[in-house]
Parts: sequence; C-alpha cells; structure tokens
Amino acid sequence: MRSMMIQAILCGIFLSAGVADGVAQDTGPLLQRIKSVGKEGAGNIEAAKAWKDLVAQGPTVLPDVLGAMDDASPTAINWLRAAVEAIQDKASAQGQKVSADKLESFIKETRHAGKSRRLAYECLVRLDPSTPERLLPKLLDDPSSELRRDAVAVKLERGLKGTFATSAARTEFLKDLLQHARDRDQVNSISDELKKLGVEIDLTAHYGFVTRWLLVGPFDNSRGVGFSNVYPPEKGVDPKASYAGKAGETVRWRDHTTARPLGLVDLNEVVGKLHGTVVYGYTAVTSESERPIELRAASNNAVRIWLNGKEIYFREEYHHGMEIDQHVGKGILKAGRNEILIKVCQNEQTDSWAQQWSFQLRICDALGAAVPVVNVTEKVK
Amino acid sequence: MFFAREHVMNPYRIALILPFLAIPLHAEDVTQFRGPNGLGISKETNLPLTWSATDNIRWKAELPGRGLANPVIADGRVYVTATGAYQQKRQIVLCFDLKTGRKLWERQVWATGGTQCHPKTNMAAPTPITDGRHVYALFATGDLVCYDKAGDLVWYRSLVGDYPTVGNNVGMAASPTLHEDTLLISLENAGESFLAGIDKRTGENRWRVQRPRDINWVSPLVIQNQGKAEVVVQGSDGMTAYDPANGEKKWNAPKLRSGTYASPTYADGVVYAPSDKFTALRPSAGEPEVLWQQIKLRPNYCSPIVHQGLVYIVNGNGIVNCASAKSGEILWTHRLDGPFAASPLLGDGKLYLVNEKGVGTVLAAGDQLKVLATNMLDDTILATPVASDGAIFFRSDAAIYCIGEKKK
Repeated sequence: MRSMMIQAILCGIFLSAGVADGVAQDTGPLLQRIKSVGKEGAGNIEAAKAWKDLVAQGPTVLPDVLGAMDDASPTAINWLRAAVEAIQDKASAQGQKVSADKLESFIKETRHAGKSRRLAYECLVRLDPSTPERLLPKLLDDPSSELRRDAVAVKLERGLKGTFATSAARTEFLKDLLQHARDRDQVNSISDELKKLGVEIDLTAHYGFVTRWLLVGPFDNSRGVGFSNVYPPEKGVDPKASYAGKAGETVRWRDHTTARPLGLVDLNEVVGKLHGTVVYGYTAVTSESERPIELRAASNNAVRIWLNGKEIYFREEYHHGMEIDQHVGKGILKAGRNEILIKVCQNEQTDSWAQQWSFQLRICDALGAAVPVVNVTEKVK
Repeated sequence: MFFAREHVMNPYRIALILPFLAIPLHAEDVTQFRGPNGLGISKETNLPLTWSATDNIRWKAELPGRGLANPVIADGRVYVTATGAYQQKRQIVLCFDLKTGRKLWERQVWATGGTQCHPKTNMAAPTPITDGRHVYALFATGDLVCYDKAGDLVWYRSLVGDYPTVGNNVGMAASPTLHEDTLLISLENAGESFLAGIDKRTGENRWRVQRPRDINWVSPLVIQNQGKAEVVVQGSDGMTAYDPANGEKKWNAPKLRSGTYASPTYADGVVYAPSDKFTALRPSAGEPEVLWQQIKLRPNYCSPIVHQGLVYIVNGNGIVNCASAKSGEILWTHRLDGPFAASPLLGDGKLYLVNEKGVGTVLAAGDQLKVLATNMLDDTILATPVASDGAIFFRSDAAIYCIGEKKK
C-alpha cells in the first residue's frame, strides 16, 4: 500500500512537471484544449494539463499562443495570457532566447486581435525597452485600444512639454491628436487644452451622443414590475400612437431635444419627478453603410436597449452610480434607417441619493469613436 | 434553489489532485482576509510598536495599482492583488519574497466583467486566499484565478462569463474562504447572486445556492457548530449557515440582516455579527440563540475582533470600543482620527488600527485603555493590516510595506 502511494506521488510529480525533456508536441491540440474551456469550469482539467505541456515547450511556441488568442473566448484568452507570461518568465530565468523579431512582426500584423498584439507588445518591451519609442508613433490609428492609448499618451505628453512656433500650430497638433484619441480621459484632456487656446470642442457631437428623442410615459414600475412588463412601445413604435399610462391616463409620444452636455436627458425635468415609473426614449438614425456598432448608455436607473426591434442590452440596477459608457449593447447598424429604443425605469426609493432619473446614449464603434449617422427622428405634432 | 454536481474522475484529474495534497502551514501564515480563519488575530510575537516612512521598514515594494485586499502570506511568499490600466481593465496578482520583498512574479488577467465602482473601492477589493501551495484570487470583475506558488496557472474562470448579470456598479468586495478543498465564494450583487462551493483543484462548481439579489460586501465565515463545519453568510435575508461540503442550508436567523460592510467573527462557539444591532449569537441545531445585542457597537467598514473575552470594534469615524464578549457591556471607548476602512489587527498583546491617511495607532489589548504608540505612514491605506514573520504588513494604494526590524 505504501509503495503504491509512493508510486502515485512520483507519477503525479512527473505528470505535473509536464512534457518529458526535449519532446516537442504539436501546439494545435494543446491550444485547442485550452480554447475549449467552457462554462463553470468545464474543460479546466484538460486545459490545465495542456497548459503545462504548452508552457514546457518554451518560447518557440509564443507566436502560436499569441495567434490562438485571435478567436478565443474571453475566458480562454486569459488562460492563454497566463501561458505567454509563464513562457517568457521561464525563458528569462533559463537564459532562453525569445525572438524579438517574431514578436515585432506579430504586433505589426493588424489582422491579429488587439489583445494578442498588445500582449506581444508587452513581451517585446521587456526584451527591448526602446520598443515604445520605435513603435508607438506608428500606432496612433491602431485597432487595439490599448496600443492606440499608449501612442496618444506619448504624443500628448511630448506635445504638452514641447514648444510650438505659433498658437495655431499647437492648435493643429491638438486637433489632429483628438482625431486619434478614443479613451475619454485623453479626449477630455485634449479638449481642455484646446479650450485654453480658445477652441471649443463639441464633445456631445464628438462622442456621438443622441440629442433628439421621442419620449413616452409614464408606465407602471411599482415594485419594479415595469422592468419586465412589455409595454406597447416594445412591440413597435408609432409616433402617432397613444397608450394607457401608469394611472390609466392617456400618454403620447412627445418631442425632446436635449441641450444638456453629453446628451443628458433628465426625465425628472422633462416628465416629472415620479417614482415607480417607466419612460421610453426612441430615436431614428440613418447610416450610409452597414456596420457593427455599440450603443453606450449611462443611467442611474434600470435600462433596456433595443436596436431595430432586437434587444441588445438590459441591466436591472438602481442608483449605484452613473458613468458614461457604463451600459454597452452591441449590434449591427443597417444601411439606411435604424431605430433605437431605450427603456428607463425609476424605482420607489425615497433616499435623497436615489432620485436621479435620467439617461444618455451614444452611437459609436468598438473603440468608442462616434459613428457617422443622421438623425431622422420624426417630429410629433 | 440548490445545485449539486457529481464528481467524474479522469486521469488528468489525478494529475491535478496530487499537488494539492495538504502541506502543513506555518503558524505565522496569513491565509485569507484578516489572517488565519478570518478572525483578525495573529499569533505572532515581537511585533513592532513604532514605525514611520523612514523608520523600521524592513522592506517596501511599489505596486502597479490600487487594491483593498490584505496581503496573504504562506511558505515564504507574500501575495498581493492589484487592479490597473485604464478603467481598471487589468487584474493583477503579485508574489514577493517574504524576507526581502523581491518580486518573484506577476500575473495579469483582462477583466471580463464590468469595472465601474464607487471611487472608494476598486476591482482588487476581495482578499485572495492561499493554502500554502496555491493562491486563489477573486476580483470584483468576477475573474477568479488559481496560480501555484511559482506563478503557473492552475485554472481560471470568468464568473461573469458563466453568469452574465453578475455585477454591481458600486463594486464587490466579499473575500473567498476555504474549507478543506472547497473554495467558498459569495457573490451577492445586483444580478445573479449566489454562494458557491468550488473545487479548489479544478475550479469546477461543487455546489451553488441562490442568495438574495442585493449589494453585499460581507465575507463568508467558516465556524464549527455541534462539531461540524458550517459556512455562515450574512445578507439582506439575515444570517444563514450552509454545509460547506454540499451547500445544504443548516439554519437561518432572518432578523440578522447585514446592515454594514463589516463581516462577522467567531470565538468560543459564538458568532459576533455586525447588523442593525451588533449581535452575539450561539448557533445550535435549530435557530441560533441570541445572547446579547448592542447598538453602540455597530461598525461600518471594519470587521470586529473577539479575543480572550473581549470584543474590539472601530467604526468608520474612528470610535474604538472594547466590550465584554459575554454581555456586550462597553468597557472603554477611545476616539481616533478617522476615517477608517481597514479592519483592526490583534497580535502580540497589541491592537493595531490604521486610518485611511496612514496613521497607525497601537493600543494595548485588554480591558483597560492604553495608547502605546501613534505612527505615520504618509500614504492612503484602506486594506487591513496583517502580521507574519515578526512584521506588520500594510497595503497602501501604491505600495506594500513590511514593518519590522530588518532581517540579517
């Protein structure tokens, strides 16, 4: 019994150590087992073994691991990230060469996913500290949000520290940089610098916030029932229609164009300081082409969002903070007319900090750049 | 609702299990939130009394981002979590050498859940847990990861990937705990809420029970009741105990709703629960017996300590109370400058309290108030201090400090 136990332990140590020395394995099946991790830990056992075997193969497999991230799930991406980190650490500790050229080639291939290119960049920076200096100036329009962010940050920092021959030159520099920036802190910093030069940026338009809406309500949200109740606007919007409201009164669509910064629609102001109620906002836009988009909303209230009749986002949460882009629904904008519907639910809390009832919504791409659309929302007489 | 899962053995599972054979942990190890067993009590001796930004610092290590989790320490390693990058998109686990503070490794995952939160907190709020061979880190993004002590990934799960509505816009902070080989995760939030027992070796669910959909930062606590282990959680439905092996509900005290962020503690068969009124209760086979309640002892963020018949509590404003564990009678009260977010630490006969500005006060543990020292680290500290290897560890917004005499 004791000898069997010892044998089992030694077997476990061997298996845990991974591949026998010098025996390379085809990375394809190993990567596939890792990418097959599913919900609730399904596939973890097989993935863990594959992970060890993969890492044991050393830095030559780095391009394969990075490439595998291109079509991996968010869960699998983090498994693969850990493999890259472990491979690079072990290579460094063991004096093994990691090919900087291959990493740089990988970074330059924009067909690869942003996360994998970003990870390759971080690996390269560890090998070659001159990497940011060499590569970032060329990445201002990069499809990877993280690489683009660093590129903008470096150029902005240098611009702010540097001197310009004229105020106009500085203005042009900042305006150009604004076209590359996507992260709100950078956009806001550049906008603030332009303001000092007397240039006002319409951030509402820059971010793509919708300002023209039709609104209808209130519908009932007593005890939170309204979040799930399907009221008529969810079945189709007819701007001329009227409906039975919360208290049985007749409610109709009304025009609302907001002049508030960043497209804020304050329903307490527009509809009234009500509790246990639902209001719908509707807007229609045209697009020249079909394209993937994100509808990014902010609200301190429970929301649902539809694009062309299909629900693309919901969140039933009240008064836990309002932040630009906190709610993100993904969909496809059609060429031509598109219809957006948002449902904004106010609950019945009486706390002073739970009275906000408002929303903002913008139309942008995956990096956060406003998508060119024309608002064609009908006016209601 | 109660979920159960059958185990399926396969060869890969055997390979995974063997490294998890238990190794004895050193008595000085800090395995989880608030130290061994989650009680805020250390058995360390010769702990420092005084320190400053330049004095009695054995080592200090810069960190790549904020975190509210306390360091966990085992087998000569200090594990710290952090959140970094724009919008807290990176969740980071770091490992330092206990003696020297040298960074041994760093691992990151990309957030798979939402990262919005109240500015006071952040995504590295739950404290990780270690069994000596592994570190298990849960982030408020719902990312749950296990690394071995060399930094190799053992398993990873995206709990938001599994349950897409998990999250809340204020932030989550309940820390995991461990019972034998079951990792206990409490995720009560604005979306799908549950308590789960997860196989620490593989990351797979052993069981999962529904919990109230409500914001809750209270960490689960493992206690002994009638000779059997129970995991106690306190939420908007009161205090409930479950069997950690299978999630079976054992008892519920519906009136003991969590009204604060602080977590309960346990001593001598009694659970001490922050609630609308601070409550001492004795679990039994049925509904627990309420021994006493004291509204003046109600804490905010900071979890209480019970040691040698005394209860120690500090509230968010800096009011420190010492009370009898038997009756709740307040024995002394002392006012410190607040605000306080870190729970206190008791060790070596001393009570360590650190406010958010980095002012560390040392009181004598006991039924007489005695201020021993006041120390200043000019840094923002919201994480609970812990003790190991004759030192106190503070995790500030930017660094980890090991306070104690330098080792030769």
